[in-house]
Amino acid sequence: MHRFFVCAVMAGVLGSQVAIASDIAPTDVKFEDTSIGQSLTGVPGNPEEGAKVLANRGLGNCLACHAVTPLESEQFHGNVGPSLDGVADRWSAEELRAIVVNAKHIFTEQTVMPAFYSLDYGINPRKDLEGKTILTAQQVEDVVAYLGTLKEPE
Amino acid sequence: SSLAVVAYADPVDDSLEIDGTPIITRAKAPEGHPFDEVLSGWLFREAETRATEADSFANPGMLSVERGEEIWNTVEGAAGKSCASCHNDASETMKDVGAHFPKWDAAANKPKNLELQINHCRTEQMGAEPYKFDAEGQVALTTYIKHQSLGTPVSIDLKEGEMQSWWDKGKELYYTRTGQLDFSCASCHEQSMGKYIRADHLSQGQNNGFPTYRFNTGGMVSLHNRFRGCIRDTRAEMPAAFSDELMALEVYVTWRGTGLSVETPAVRQ
Ligand code: HEC
Ligand code: HEC
Ligand code: HEC
Repeated sequence: MHRFFVCAVMAGVLGSQVAIASDIAPTDVKFEDTSIGQSLTGVPGNPEEGAKVLANRGLGNCLACHAVTPLESEQFHGNVGPSLDGVADRWSAEELRAIVVNAKHIFTEQTVMPAFYSLDYGINPRKDLEGKTILTAQQVEDVVAYLGTLKEPE
Repeated sequence: SSLAVVAYADPVDDSLEIDGTPIITRAKAPEGHPFDEVLSGWLFREAETRATEADSFANPGMLSVERGEEIWNTVEGAAGKSCASCHNDASETMKDVGAHFPKWDAAANKPKNLELQINHCRTEQMGAEPYKFDAEGQVALTTYIKHQSLGTPVSIDLKEGEMQSWWDKGKELYYTRTGQLDFSCASCHEQSMGKYIRADHLSQGQNNGFPTYRFNTGGMVSLHNRFRGCIRDTRAEMPAAFSDELMALEVYVTWRGTGLSVETPAVRQ
């Protein structure tokens, strides 16, 4: 395997950014049914940064499980989850934020998709990651902004 | 589009024979199994990897078998004995033995795998030091002994001692999500079996080929090394090799592969 997670060690480093005080803490995020209305940071997401987070194996590594046609220059898109092409036609920005923050709230408890901004994860997390989320609040906003660009051609 | 997405891929429809020995790569699952059919990891690998395993002259894992044979015949320890001093010709005395580990160890009151059995013979019979986890000799001897069961269907006896309660514990662990990424063994090897995670075609995570030769690392990989690697990839702390957790997992995962032939040394990517 390990192409999936080659950057596991690096992720530890990247994932250890200190949370910004004005960010909504992972334990304070409010779900309204299947969406999160409020931005986690108040700073608009940057879709270009979001695309990098999607592809980076140490960050979102979303391509491990999802194909995304506009990112076809990246090698090896997985198919554990559905293709994200046209995802902005299927879900609102608020719903996409909720999916990225904690997919278990939107799909089922059984989903294999990790919760990217939650502390409600598996047992025995690596010591240096305890209490840390996979993505920062701003990275979630960036990813949501990028997902918003994934519309089916008219 | 030209997108390099690998489509959902079924395990291949191919059959395996090694040195004239037919290898069972698909078997009817035992009762209570989540799948109807248990499938060898061989069916999920690329054609080239499959071909390398099928040809024991090309299989680099056979070097580990040869090394194991050398150690088998080498005197070590205070008692002045080799494995062969007591067990003679492994092709007779160890035939099919490896297909039925782990077994119950009444004295230790827990299951033992081949590695622990080898260490037991070294300390109790030979007056030698036990091997440290993944010492070259441990992997080579384990590979050599397992290879004497090539083609034999895996089966373990859950009625011995408290094997059943270790199976129960192993099952619980198999479905427990670990680490920051929150995956259980089942997330990948049951729910996502047959799919691609990045470039990796997910198999059922069977252990009938262990120790296996891996192209990625260019060497042999023991079972507990693989378990630890899979757990590390959930971004969790890794349990120690031969810990109660990993022994319970070995009992349960071995049972999940009941009926598959031993393929040691299997070739994986
Ligand atoms: C380990 C696998 C995995 C990873 C990694 C993963 N997902 Fe998912 N995702 C899934 C699965 C599976 C589904 C489908 C829902 C289900 O079956 O639980 C899904 C569904 C989705 C959906 C809804 C798709 C639709 O068309 O309805 C979106 C959006 C999504 N994921 C975005 C992301 C983003 C963004 C990332 C990375 C930050 C990501 N996923 C990482 C497995 C994954
Ligand atoms: C002085 C005698 C002696 C030596 C030397 C010896 N063994 Fe053993 N071995 C035994 C005895 C007795 C048993 C059965 C009881 C037990 O498990 O201790 C056994 C059991 C085994 C078994 C389990 C067989 C089964 O059917 O379950 C394996 C495998 C094994 N030995 C491998 C080895 C290896 C490998 C070496 C060398 C590193 C070795 N033995 C050295 C005496 C020996
Ligand atoms: C995030 C995904 C993931 C998780 C979680 C995971 N594995 Fe794996 N595992 C893989 C990949 C990828 C491979 C290599 C391709 C294959 O054989 O499926 C693999 C291979 C294996 C193999 C070798 C199969 C063979 O034929 O050589 C075994 C055994 C195994 N895993 C057991 C486990 C166990 C036990 C657990 C839980 C403790 C586990 N895995 C958790 C992804 C995972």
